[in-house]
Amino acid sequence: MYITVAGNGKEVKKGLTLPELIELEQVEMPDYVTISVNDVFIDADKRADTVLKDGDTVEFLYFMGGGC
Amino acid sequence: MALTDTQIERYSRHIILKEVGAKGQKKLLNAKVLIIGAGGLGAPAAMYLAAAGVGTIGIVDADDVELSNLQRQIIHSTEDVGKPKVKSAKETMERMNPDVKVNTYHMFVDASNIRELIREYDFIIDGTDNFPAKFLINDACVLEKKPFSHAGIIRFQGQLMTYVPGEGPCYRCVFQDPPPKDAVPTCKQAGVIGAMGGVIGSLQAMEAVKYIIGKGDLLTGYLLTFDALKMEFRKVKLPSNTHNCAVCGDHPTITEPIDYELNVCEDKI
Repeated sequence: MYITVAGNGKEVKKGLTLPELIELEQVEMPDYVTISVNDVFIDADKRADTVLKDGDTVEFLYFMGGGC
Repeated sequence: MALTDTQIERYSRHIILKEVGAKGQKKLLNAKVLIIGAGGLGAPAAMYLAAAGVGTIGIVDADDVELSNLQRQIIHSTEDVGKPKVKSAKETMERMNPDVKVNTYHMFVDASNIRELIREYDFIIDGTDNFPAKFLINDACVLEKKPFSHAGIIRFQGQLMTYVPGEGPCYRCVFQDPPPKDAVPTCKQAGVIGAMGGVIGSLQAMEAVKYIIGKGDLLTGYLLTFDALKMEFRKVKLPSNTHNCAVCGDHPTITEPIDYELNVCEDKI
């Protein structure tokens, strides 16, 4: 199936879960990353149960604390 | 009040813009913007707002200028090392534009002072370097119904979003709670390319100006991210399922700003 991750389209296996995508994308410190799927925030405790579907759009939003 | 001949000349490139005009320039001259943090983000934001003729600019920072600041904090110069950042920033802004009244606050923001501090300003710019301050500013702006620009920079990356009361998610909608101390690296630990403050801080000034003149689309409901190595901007749409937000949601549990444990971007080498 085909999904869009951070603006880039990619072919992934059918039934990919969010934790599998996090590993595939080598997301750094995933505990501190906010994730949205199709413009809906996914609660941290729902990640493990989130199975992606063909055409889904996933965004990873990272903490950025600097300003100094 | 009518613009003087000197002001008409000084702001001519603004006045000629149909989106600004004399009317918009007067709005800028009557506007009050508070910049929290006179560092990498606050420096360019303050300078562009001063040049633009924002009539009252408040600047908050408890620190003194250090040599290691000068690689990016362009409002300060070599001779300012050792001076309070707010004093150095005020001197630069006043040199740039005598139309601007600069209020300085040589202190840290905390739960006891933030609400009163932001109350008299029209727009707030978060140029701070730590998560406790970012959440403090967000919560205070939500509670006081003040628009603000959030930004963060690190390494070759930056991010930006704008909160306007009632018009989209707040910072806490996106990032529920501050990360634990030392979980996410600071600029001192990770570094930051100097011009990143210029790019993102100038965009914060741009949002403030657009808000004041009431033109264009603000970054409400979006997080703009910038990757300088890829030279790529992305405007990421933020979800609207934020009714559970602890501060701006339907049933808020945060009704006063919170002092979280400080984990500042220590700049001393």
